[in-house]
Amino acid sequence: MEKEIILKAENVSKQYRLGLVGTGTIGHDLNRWWYKIRGKEDPYLKVGDSNDRSIKGQSEYVWALQDVDFEVKQGEVLGIIGKNGAGKSTLLKILSKVTGPTTGEIKTKGRIASLLEVGTGFHPEMTGKENIFLNGAILGMTKKEIQSKLDEIIAFSGCERYIDTPVKRYSSGMTVRLAFAVAAHLDPDILVIDEVLAVGDAEFQNKAIGKMQDISGSNGRTVLFVSHNMAAIKTLCTKAIVLEHGKVKFRGTADQAVDFYLTNDITSSGEHYAYEESKKPSDVLSVSVIDNKGELCSMFAFNHKIKLKIKVRVSETHLPLAVLGFRVIDQFERAIFTSEINLRDFIDSSGVYSFNISLPFSTLVPNDYRVHVAFHIPHQQLISNLESVVSFNIEETGSEFHKYAGLDYGCVVLDSQWSLD
Amino acid sequence: MNNNNDNWLYTISPKQKLINLNLKEIWDYRDLLFLFVKRNIITVYKQTILGPLWYFIQPLFTSVIFTLIFNNMANIPTGDGVPPFLFNLAGITSWNYFKECLTGTSNTFAQNQGIFGKVYFPRVIVPLSTVITNLFKFGIQLLVFVGFYMYYVFFSNVELIIEPTKAIVALPIIIILMGLLGLGLGMIISSMTTKYRDLKILVAFGVQLLMYGSAVMYPLSYFKQKLPEISWVVEYNPMTTIIEAFRYMALGVGDYSLLKMIYAIVICLVLFLFGLIMFNRTEKSFIDTI
Repeated sequence: MEKEIILKAENVSKQYRLGLVGTGTIGHDLNRWWYKIRGKEDPYLKVGDSNDRSIKGQSEYVWALQDVDFEVKQGEVLGIIGKNGAGKSTLLKILSKVTGPTTGEIKTKGRIASLLEVGTGFHPEMTGKENIFLNGAILGMTKKEIQSKLDEIIAFSGCERYIDTPVKRYSSGMTVRLAFAVAAHLDPDILVIDEVLAVGDAEFQNKAIGKMQDISGSNGRTVLFVSHNMAAIKTLCTKAIVLEHGKVKFRGTADQAVDFYLTNDITSSGEHYAYEESKKPSDVLSVSVIDNKGELCSMFAFNHKIKLKIKVRVSETHLPLAVLGFRVIDQFERAIFTSEINLRDFIDSSGVYSFNISLPFSTLVPNDYRVHVAFHIPHQQLISNLESVVSFNIEETGSEFHKYAGLDYGCVVLDSQWSLD
Repeated sequence: MNNNNDNWLYTISPKQKLINLNLKEIWDYRDLLFLFVKRNIITVYKQTILGPLWYFIQPLFTSVIFTLIFNNMANIPTGDGVPPFLFNLAGITSWNYFKECLTGTSNTFAQNQGIFGKVYFPRVIVPLSTVITNLFKFGIQLLVFVGFYMYYVFFSNVELIIEPTKAIVALPIIIILMGLLGLGLGMIISSMTTKYRDLKILVAFGVQLLMYGSAVMYPLSYFKQKLPEISWVVEYNPMTTIIEAFRYMALGVGDYSLLKMIYAIVICLVLFLFGLIMFNRTEKSFIDTI
């Protein structure tokens, strides 16, 4: 049976004014009002740039969202993916009625509750129990509903002992647990969630993800889920949309969307980065991914040798303490490992040097990887921090796990000693 | 697949009605209203020694000071046989309710932007909870007033000619009017301060000035007699009408007429409705401008 569409966004746009709200505002307001009483359209709606924060725009108005439309069916879990500033939060704010759209509309057949940030409205002077009621009511539950779930909420939070103590005495982790516990027991038709999984310790995160799966899986709840955690998007969502500069760039299944996002999101130019003209006394001049023959390369097979080449200039002042390091990140934003050296162990005078690094052989599983490079003095100075400076890809070419291709079976392949007892 | 547009539960759109007071929705959130009231009451005096006693102390001390300065020093008459202390206490009790409603609601948006920025609930719940919380405070202060009233009637040997008039039955109307007026003005101010913060500064001393223009510590008749040219400022102030009416009901002194009451009711309702409209217009987009 085809499921019913429960939520529909039609050409939703949101305009923001940049810069300060100040003395100029009243001028614009008056102008707007003057157009309005003559029955004309708002003059400022015609202007506005798309919201790319890195490019200097022409207008002081920007579109945080532009003609966003999508549909969600009953029981679907829709993931919303996008870089910082792509308009994800704005979209969620409009969905949860915190702010209105500038144009367009959203139609819904169910009650929407949002978990934009857990712990909203917690009052530090009130006890845990009082806060459960207050927070629950803010999120839209009635007293009766909360009362009937109270024991469950307290048990889920794991704060039984502190439940009659003011929240200001709680550790921050406990506050978050309590807040998530309340939110997780909400019972709306549509639940909007933003990054709540990034809180708490590992045990609690697992509990939270499990609860999320419960909510969306067995209960048939419709969920809109925003996260930077691609692994969570893949496990929890059925469909996803990718936002870029306020526009929907891609829509499809969660797996397709994550792939699209990752292949399009990598900010580096690929296997080579160069900034040789740097004027700084110490800096990273270039980073490259090279193969066994010393040539630039970004595609490797599982059993190929992968090398990095990092060229730095170091000044006399930085030399004694400077540390050069890199980190390999996989497509789920997981840090696989970090490696670094003290420069003084290799060199004893200022100048330009190149380092060759061989990555662990036949260890990284077939996947897409990015490399962060940092040049710094620990706890003192960050000389250069290059995120996602280069990227490379290990293709599945028949490793022993090739039959699991596409599944997440770990980040690395390590030898384990098996023997028959 | 059935996808006609008429069975949507609700629509989020930029268009808005002039007054969008969804009473059913407010009713659905009644538990939140009471929890807010409870929070306001129990958290104010947490970790204080005197606790709710502060509700008594503030009006009593103000009345004593007013009596010393305005009646004993400046010799403002309070009417025949009406003890100045009781006169001032009546004025301050009613003024306080209005003032607390006004100042409490006037920073609704600024104070709650954290919550408002994250979750939706009918925003009007917050100022409503302030007004109800203050009603509770007003109740306590009214008891203090009644207590002193009893004292003067039964235990004091000063000769008194005070007595409540039949009009006292209209007291609930007076209380509602004060609440409406405070709420209305508060909503107007809170809506405007989201964009223009100037008003926030104005409120702080504006309320102080308004008290002097509301016949709190002097009778309207005396003001008219002393400063006839500008007495209209005080006379047409709806708070003057309300305070004078309250004193007339309780003490039997004051300028009270049906016409004036109707005038005050109309002004209060107009300001309240205007405040509600402004509040509604602001609540949708304030988070972008605050």
